[in-house]
Amino acid sequence: MSRQKNRIKHDRGTMTLKAISYTFVTFFTIICLLPFILIISASFSTETVINQQGFGLWPKGFTLNAYSWVFKYPKMIIGSYAVTIIMTVLGTIIGVFIIAMTGYALQRKDFPLRNGLSFFIYFTTLFSAGMAPSFIWVSRYLHLRGSYLAVFLQLLMSPWLIILMKNFAKSVPYEITESGKIDGAGDFKIFTMLIFPMLKPAIATVGLFLALGYWNEWYLSSLYLGSAVTYKPLQYYLYNIINTANALRGSVAGANVTITELPSNTLKMATAVVATGPIIFLYPFVQKYFITGITVGAVKG
Amino acid sequence: MKPVSFHKGGTWQKMKKESQNEVAVLKPHKKPVGAILRDNKTLMLMCLPAVLFFIVFAYCPLPGVYIAFTNYNFRDGIFGSPFVGLDNFNFLILSGQLWQLTRNTILYNIVFIVLGNILQITLALMLNEIRNKYFKKVSQTIMFLPYFISVVLIGAIAFNILNYDTGALNTLLKATGGNPLKIYSMAGVWPFIIIFCQMWQQTGYGSVVYFAAICGIDSSMVEAAEVDGATSWQRIRYILLPSLKPTFIILLLFALGGIMKGNFGLFWNLVGNNSQLFGSTDIIETAVYRMMMSQNNFSTSSAVGLYQSIFGFALVMFSNWVVKRIDPEYALF
Repeated sequence: MSRQKNRIKHDRGTMTLKAISYTFVTFFTIICLLPFILIISASFSTETVINQQGFGLWPKGFTLNAYSWVFKYPKMIIGSYAVTIIMTVLGTIIGVFIIAMTGYALQRKDFPLRNGLSFFIYFTTLFSAGMAPSFIWVSRYLHLRGSYLAVFLQLLMSPWLIILMKNFAKSVPYEITESGKIDGAGDFKIFTMLIFPMLKPAIATVGLFLALGYWNEWYLSSLYLGSAVTYKPLQYYLYNIINTANALRGSVAGANVTITELPSNTLKMATAVVATGPIIFLYPFVQKYFITGITVGAVKG
Repeated sequence: MKPVSFHKGGTWQKMKKESQNEVAVLKPHKKPVGAILRDNKTLMLMCLPAVLFFIVFAYCPLPGVYIAFTNYNFRDGIFGSPFVGLDNFNFLILSGQLWQLTRNTILYNIVFIVLGNILQITLALMLNEIRNKYFKKVSQTIMFLPYFISVVLIGAIAFNILNYDTGALNTLLKATGGNPLKIYSMAGVWPFIIIFCQMWQQTGYGSVVYFAAICGIDSSMVEAAEVDGATSWQRIRYILLPSLKPTFIILLLFALGGIMKGNFGLFWNLVGNNSQLFGSTDIIETAVYRMMMSQNNFSTSSAVGLYQSIFGFALVMFSNWVVKRIDPEYALF
């Protein structure tokens, strides 16, 4: 910023404000980071020491024992990983494409149905049937209970993401569409060849939201999958590990262990780390696009 | 952050409008439906997957709200189960449950909105004061982290900190000579825990919108103020805060439209089926989920859901009407 250079004087107020700002931001950053440190330290701690002293900021008696338990009978955790990764990758690719296609079509000024269809999609955010009727419809009439499709399909898109994409697509000049038309390209070809590459920030944003939705999914799994599938989506697997003792034992199925032999506290924490890891590493790569995407898409209603 | 694209968008849109007007003069007034469908076949096909999606997953379940007026059983299905009129609603009102759920949901949301916006604005203003690029970038990245993790992990974090036997909080209390607390049976402290978790997860993310608004402020205004000898505090008080007002009002009004909707995942993963805490922590969503999943009571569950949908609908319509009166450009419809 240019105002930095021609600053006239540093009065006392400015310095105080600066000090407060740095303190506040540092404090908040530490608060954001602290729980992650707690979880990671706990996962590297020794179970017996934890049982005596409790969780703390530093690993207590450093060990990889909990992780070796997570991967001792790797069938469950690897199966969960596979399910989640397949759903996340497929869902994000298909979802982004459909959302971009719809968002583009809905903002075309020469598309007479744009307002009607936009409202048709938007209305679903205003009034919904609610949890129970949806559950009965999907499980009893669509027969999707116990099928991964119940989770996969329902996370594919949301009205908000379509609106975000539509708003962003508005900022692409109409002349590009027109030039495509003059060259004799059809609407679909104009979209795939000319428009899609120009929607990059919005695609990154929508893609990240979709990927987060799939990766962090546990709710639809709890409704529709329950114990009907062997390999649960990752977060639902973690949910069960944390909340039920049986699941903890099941996670090392095949090992003839009683629940007391398991390092249950540290195993929970290690599973949490394993289940969360990848999505956090993904974030810094898309951060740049993400901030542009949400501000452009959200502010301009 | 590139507010540049806004301005470009503006001029493009103006150009678009002009070219539209020219076309409109040449076009005949009304086209037959068949011609409209034929001319826009591709665009319609492009919308088809999304439209089908919403038909199947959003519109088809709508007739199912009828079960709120029945005593639903699985054998007879939605329209075969005995009709009981408003009995489910009467039960909810007479038992006081509907009032408790509504109160909890709304109170939590009011705190989330007020405290959330205060924290987000403060954070955005403070971030704006920070000139060290590296510091800013690292802290912003870390502040975003909580938004990216699943609510299940928040449940795990809460377990790590709060559980009686090995929780980090009790570790600290014991180390400083205090007595360990049984937090999972102390209903009074849970509103604070839930509010803290919500703020922890949302503040960094929410501040981005305000931060973008600050970056969009005309820097010549700020410079002029500096030349005139305004202190940093005066700059915030008389330039930055007033410029954030429109963003604040719009966000506030939309948040008010959603005041009947709770953050189910957070509440469920923190409290779950712990009935000792329900008095202060049960919101509409958690009650609906519990009635359905652990009590198999679909009718009462959808009665609560329907009540929520109708109220929520009215609230959104109202807040949109207010937004429209303040600034029609921001209205949703």
